[in-house]
Amino acid sequence: MGVQLKNKLNRKVAPPVKDAKEFELELPPYVRHRLSNGLELYAIDMGKVDAMMVSWIFDAGNSYETGKGIAAAVNSLLRNGTSARKAFDISEHFDYYGAYLSRSCHHETAELTLHCLNQHFRELVPVVAELLTESVYPEDELAIYKKNAQQRLQVNLKKSDFVAGRLIDSYLFGPDHPYGRYNMPEDYQALNREELVDFYRKHYQRGACRIIAAGKLPADLIPLLEKYFGALPLGEPAVGAAVPEFLIRPASQKKYRLTNDPDGVQGSIRIARNFPNRHHPDFQRVQVLNNVFGGFFGSRLMTNIREDKGYTYGIYSYLVNNRQESALMISTEAGKEVCGPAIEEVYKEMNLLREELIDEEELQMARNFAIGSVLGDLDGPFHVASRWKSILLNGLDENYFREGVRIVKTITPQELRELAVKWLDPAEFFELVVV
Amino acid sequence: MFIKYDKFELANGLRVLVHEDPSTPMAIVNVLYDVGARDEDPKRTGFAHLFEHLMFGGSVNIEDFETPLQLAGGENNAYTTNDFTNYYIQLPAENIETAFWLESDRMLSLAFSEKSLEVQRKVVIEEFKEHYINKPYGDVWFKLRELVYRQHPYRWMTIGSELKHIEEAKLEDVKHFFFSYYRPVNAILVVAGKVTTAQVRELAEKWFGDIPSGDKYVRHLPREPRQEAARRLEIRADVPLDALYKCYPMASRTEKGYYVADLITEVLGGGTSSRLYQALVKEKRLFSQIECHHTGSVDPGLVVVEGKLIKGVRMEDADRAVEEELEKMRTAPVTDKELTKVKNKTESAIVFEDMSVMNRANSLAIYELLGDANLMNTELDRYRAVSAEDMLETSREIFDLRNSNTLYYYGSTIKE
Repeated sequence: MGVQLKNKLNRKVAPPVKDAKEFELELPPYVRHRLSNGLELYAIDMGKVDAMMVSWIFDAGNSYETGKGIAAAVNSLLRNGTSARKAFDISEHFDYYGAYLSRSCHHETAELTLHCLNQHFRELVPVVAELLTESVYPEDELAIYKKNAQQRLQVNLKKSDFVAGRLIDSYLFGPDHPYGRYNMPEDYQALNREELVDFYRKHYQRGACRIIAAGKLPADLIPLLEKYFGALPLGEPAVGAAVPEFLIRPASQKKYRLTNDPDGVQGSIRIARNFPNRHHPDFQRVQVLNNVFGGFFGSRLMTNIREDKGYTYGIYSYLVNNRQESALMISTEAGKEVCGPAIEEVYKEMNLLREELIDEEELQMARNFAIGSVLGDLDGPFHVASRWKSILLNGLDENYFREGVRIVKTITPQELRELAVKWLDPAEFFELVVV
Repeated sequence: MFIKYDKFELANGLRVLVHEDPSTPMAIVNVLYDVGARDEDPKRTGFAHLFEHLMFGGSVNIEDFETPLQLAGGENNAYTTNDFTNYYIQLPAENIETAFWLESDRMLSLAFSEKSLEVQRKVVIEEFKEHYINKPYGDVWFKLRELVYRQHPYRWMTIGSELKHIEEAKLEDVKHFFFSYYRPVNAILVVAGKVTTAQVRELAEKWFGDIPSGDKYVRHLPREPRQEAARRLEIRADVPLDALYKCYPMASRTEKGYYVADLITEVLGGGTSSRLYQALVKEKRLFSQIECHHTGSVDPGLVVVEGKLIKGVRMEDADRAVEEELEKMRTAPVTDKELTKVKNKTESAIVFEDMSVMNRANSLAIYELLGDANLMNTELDRYRAVSAEDMLETSREIFDLRNSNTLYYYGSTIKE
């Protein structure tokens, strides 16, 4: 009452913002060391918490396997027994020190990653070395793995999104390509110990490896890594032409409708086309186009198909993170009865981008969003490490990052329309609905 | 890591916490409203969550929430739990005022558009289908909550107990809900990152200071009566594997028993060296997968054991084997090694979680809601204080047979 507001707030007007163009983005650098056997270590020493992460990244992905599922099994069972320790003792050792030891197997690479508090690294690193040199792949551990992996697959095969994800990859790359190949329960059944041990010998014990470490790194990191890994017979990871490449054989049929569960209430929609890898000059330019199209919450696909029509809880498009060849993928789960209209809207949005110029405000929004998310993503050593990992594994360097930022800041509506004409032609896309 | 913060309150009752971290270029603006699914009318469940969606449908002075935020290089999201609703924005620190402008306007009042309600009803129905209908075992938690909670509103899910409740939501319900709960006096604002307390104080006064305070919501929820007898339920569904679920009521979030129960679930189900995994997946090979966790709710929650059976194993045998492991927790103290292990794991989990400034902002808001933001700094001591004796005693209470709720979830008997 009677209070005089000095300046009545005008809530209708947005506060001024600093524009994307004015932000300087620098990817904090790594320091590269070579252990005496030549093994490369990329160290990202930043952060203020005494916690760290170390990844041992091997050329041991499914591109190298001679039978389906071998690479993943070898990777998964890395911690299930060495000549000196049983699976339980290994688990207990890492758990005791509150550490996380995760494995992951991709197409070209497979990793073992340790997250721990710095104070415990010294106790953990010898056991990591033991896993990478003395794993024995006990028969009973393999038997449990086979059974449990089959059961997990049976559950996943009931999910339309899982089935759709596998099928679209096989249409894009062909069912024999490492990117398009997938496991059936009998493939797990066929795994045998000799093949696993053989793969382990070739691709881990005498494999090609690089190490990435990040965090507030302890002073004795390098001596410790030298002590445990510096004398191992490990080679250099494959780069450029040395990376195995497989013939890509996209399916000839473009459109697919599948009923996985007759009682399903939603369809898993995947619309995708083959797309070149990160070395292609259009890759990072299309990432900007993709931001406008379906790359984030304010994108056209989300605004139209979720926020205007309510056909789905979410719809996104993205460029698949593959080394040899990528794909432009649109992915959503929509009500069974609205799958048709949802797909129609996706193509409508493609055509709009091919026909009309994106207006300045919308483009500015996409630019600023992209810069803001990179900025947020450079926050902390683990995020920086994961950026570097992607750059290094794809055979790129820091120029790729700089060039990406430059493109986001400067690409024009005309260029984006040209890119849309080139890459968003509906006729080029595979279309799959799994109910 | 010690999390330093400042706290002040605006005249309208809005609590503001500031956590300065100049090492990041970003700022986090986190707004927590003290209302969740537990505050809903049993005949209109799912409303708090539906409402969360409507918070993005435009506010009284700003037609579109997303566009200006993205222009400022920001990202945002929100989530609803049974206990509270939380909204957060991350953006470059230079553009922080945009977040104040957006969040304050939607606290002032929403646009209450019919179109937004109509669309978000559909979106939430698709979310319901995606997560709970079109997924094997997707209905489990609807059944379990109803089995365990007879009085307390934890008996329904945040998504709502049925699609019909969402379909029937009206714009008047939306308005009523907003003006009952979404008031400064029921909210906590946390600002973190490259900011200063002085700057936040000024911005908070400027943008939130003139919002009418509203009435403090005083919660009177029915207490769940102590369970007196074991409860059982059987379901058949078209899923590939039989699954076993067991739930046991436990302490509320701030009681000592919460920390003890948290460590108990770690001993039983934390990772591949845990007791249940080792005994039942590896040694006896009864389950392909087994977990033990708890619901972590503010009011008394649940310890949960859930597992998928190996094909051909009888449900009764699997259940008995689980009970044997639980019985061990009731009869012999955990070893020193186990106790150290679960405490180390807890410490490590806290350190890794607190590395992200967004998590720190979010945690400060939740701890403030629990009554003391500084719990963020003292909670680890509560874990450290737990003894093997405490775990034995609490296991005796929790895993008392009369406290058990067991669900046999049978799959279809298809060929191997």
